[in-house]
Formats: sequence, C-alpha cells, structure tokens
Amino acid sequence: MKIRVDPDKCQGHARCYGLAPEIFDVDDYGQASVIVDVVPPELEEKARLAVANCPEYAIEIIRE
Amino acid sequence: MPHTAPVNDWASDFDVLDPRYIADPFSIWDDLRSSCPIAHTDRRVSSWLPTRYEDVTAIAHDIEHFSSIRVAVIPGVEDDGEEDGDYNGPDLEYGLPPISADPPLHTWTRRLLLPWFSHRRVESYIPMTRQLCQGLLDGFADTGHADAAADYAQQIPVRVIAHILGVSTDMSDNFTLWVRDILEFADDPERRQRGAVGLLNYFVEQVAYRREHPGDDLLSELLQTEVEGKPLDEGIILGIAALVLIAGVDTTWSAIGSSLWHLATHADDQKRMVAEPELMPLAIEELLRAYSPVTMARMVTGDVEFGGCPMKEGDKVLMNFPAANRDPDVFDDPQTVILDRAHNRHVAFGSGIHRCAGSNLARMELQVALEEWIGRIPEFSLEDGKEIAWAGGQVRGPRVLPVVF
Repeated sequence: MKIRVDPDKCQGHARCYGLAPEIFDVDDYGQASVIVDVVPPELEEKARLAVANCPEYAIEIIRE
Repeated sequence: MPHTAPVNDWASDFDVLDPRYIADPFSIWDDLRSSCPIAHTDRRVSSWLPTRYEDVTAIAHDIEHFSSIRVAVIPGVEDDGEEDGDYNGPDLEYGLPPISADPPLHTWTRRLLLPWFSHRRVESYIPMTRQLCQGLLDGFADTGHADAAADYAQQIPVRVIAHILGVSTDMSDNFTLWVRDILEFADDPERRQRGAVGLLNYFVEQVAYRREHPGDDLLSELLQTEVEGKPLDEGIILGIAALVLIAGVDTTWSAIGSSLWHLATHADDQKRMVAEPELMPLAIEELLRAYSPVTMARMVTGDVEFGGCPMKEGDKVLMNFPAANRDPDVFDDPQTVILDRAHNRHVAFGSGIHRCAGSNLARMELQVALEEWIGRIPEFSLEDGKEIAWAGGQVRGPRVLPVVF
C-alpha cells in the first residue's frame, strides 16, 4: 500500500500522527507527511484508520 | 446577568444562551437539521446557525465570504472598543490574531504560534501536567467526594497555559475569572469589560517586565521576534498572548469536565476505560466529538446566499462544530458515545485554516487528566441531590459537577 497526504488540504489536526505515528509525522507548523515509502502489511489497517479520521479528507491511498 | 426571553421558534428566533439550549442543545440541533438546517435569529445581532456537518465545514473553508475578524458568538468585547474602561495599553486594532484575522495577517501570526503547540513541544509538557493532576487529586481523593469541574477540570489548563506563557501560576484564579468574564458572561457588559481590562492590563505589565527580563517563554520569544526586519507591534504581541490564555483555559477545562460527566453517568463506559486503557486515544476523540465545547463565529463579508439563506454583510454565522459532530449523515448513531468509534472525522477543533492551534495541547491535557483521575478514582458517580451547573454560548461544559466515589 502507498499513501500520501495532500499538503494543500492538511491543516495540522494531527489525527493521523495520533493514530499511526509509525506511518506519519507532523512538523512544527502542523504539516503532516508520510514517513514510509510503502506501508508494511501489518500497518495497513492503521493507515486506513488514519484515512477515515482525517477531518480534512487530506489522506489518500494511491495504491492498495 | 441579563436574562433572555424564552424561545418559541428555534428556526427563526434561536438563542444560544437560552437555558434549554445550554442544558440540551442536542435535541434542538436534531430538530433543526431535519426541518431548517440553518436557523436564524435577530437577537443581539442577525446571526445564522448551521447544524449540518457539510454546511459548517463548507463555511469554515470559504474564507472569502466568511471572515474571522469577528469570532465572538455573543457580540461583546470585540465590539466594545478600548476607549471603554481602564485599559492602558496599546491599540488592539487586529484583535487577537491569528484567531481574529484573515490571511495574510492570519498566516504569519499563526506560524509564530504553532511551534509552541507542536506535538513534540506538547510532549515536553506532559510531566508537569501529570504532576499537576496528581497534586489536585491528592487534595480530595481520600474524601470520597469532589466537584470534578471546579476542584479538578478547572484547575488544569490554566496552569499549563501560564507555564507556556511564562507567567505565574499564582495568577490562575484571576486568569480563570477574567476568561469566564469574557466568554461565559459575554452578555453582561460590566463583567466582560472587567475581564478584558483585567487580562489586557496584566499582559501590558508582563510585556514590560519581559522586555527587561527575557526568559524562554512565549512572551519573551514574541518580544524578540522580527518580521520583515522590524520587531512585532506590541498590540500584536498582546493580542497573541491574550488569545493563548482565553482560548486555552475555558475550552479544555470544559472538555475535561464534560468527559468526567459522561463517565460519571455511564458506568459501562467508565468500566471500559478502566479495563481497556489502550482505548484511550480513540476514546478521547470520541468524547471530543460528542461533547465538543467550542462554537466560533464568522462575519459575512458581503451579501451572499448560502444554503438558500439570504445572508447579509455583517451578519454572524455561528460555527456550530458541536452540531456538525452529531450529524447522522456523517456519524453512525451520533447521539451515542462509542469509545472505540473507528470512523471519526470530528471537527471539535474546527476545520480549515483556523483549526485550533492548541489542539495537540488540549488533547494531551484531556488524556492526562482522564488517565490520572481514572488511575486514582476508578469508580465514581454523580452525587445524589446535588445540582450540576452547565455553561454555554461560546464554550459549553459543566461548571459545577459534584461526584462521589
């Protein structure tokens, strides 16, 4: 699985980081980013959880 | 305290200070959502009240038509003008940026503030917050009863914020009084002015002191910050400092209090929180969704039709994030607290460019406050025969919450 955060939509709620710090980081200004190239299979469920909790609809799965 | 005339028609004459709205806004929002999803009132000032998630978030993102230069739900302090009262500091022509600003002022003032509330910085505040909660619990845990709002929830955020600002926690009771004057008693001109003047004059003194005695706190850093080669205008520094205090106290305290009220009245959830501590991160978000404390406002910048409503320049739109978070179109079974709710795009901290700058801090304080309470007092319930008092308007939460254990 590959995912990305749309920097134009992200507003720094940090919900993704809270749910899956293994996959996301958020910088000092609230900008989230994906820190893994490919989401390992054991973290895919967490990645989906992050997608489903982003209030700005900023996270997308670009490859299942 | 001015009292409000009873509301007969919530769609055309709502009042967020009506006692029924403060006690149970949820059923009012449900009725409105299915009959008139954007309500209106001419009380105080022409104001609109959206109740659907889709409308609230769309307005939050439309900064062209909906400005943040007036964000108070109850018109008051921001309309009074500084010539009133005994305020002796510089002009606050920009209000409390970034919350009361649109871009570009919003953009650069927000960037000054955000690093103080990054998740990394917030983690460094955890030990002091935990110690603070433990100290409060030491004061009443052996007595078998407490006011969970006044003795606990109310005491926590104000001290964490004082620490970040670099001001004395001895002032906590004054801060609480001033912030309540400004937010909770905004409809009373004397109280809101007492709060605004007290708080601003205090920061005028603190800024003068920090100029001579810089520390490693937010105020000192703002005094040393230059933008485009020039030091910050003192009005901007005061506005930011006042914002951090006003936005960081009532709000989080209300979230902690509402969460404790929920656990005191829902024994199953209480047991589950104790038995399954790993639930905490999801549970925090669910409690924030169900009991979102904060309603903000926007000002209509020019006549516009939104959702079939003829909004006029200067009207207020109340950013009803709490109602959005109970919209059945977005949340399954929205009236039920489901501690491990997996799909939860709640907007308790707002939506769009004004997302609460302190959300990481608020979330941490709520989590630590609940962990410490549950760790010490795993079983508690409301005290029979004692009255609970809720506040509402801009910030909803319990002010008196007697519990026994």
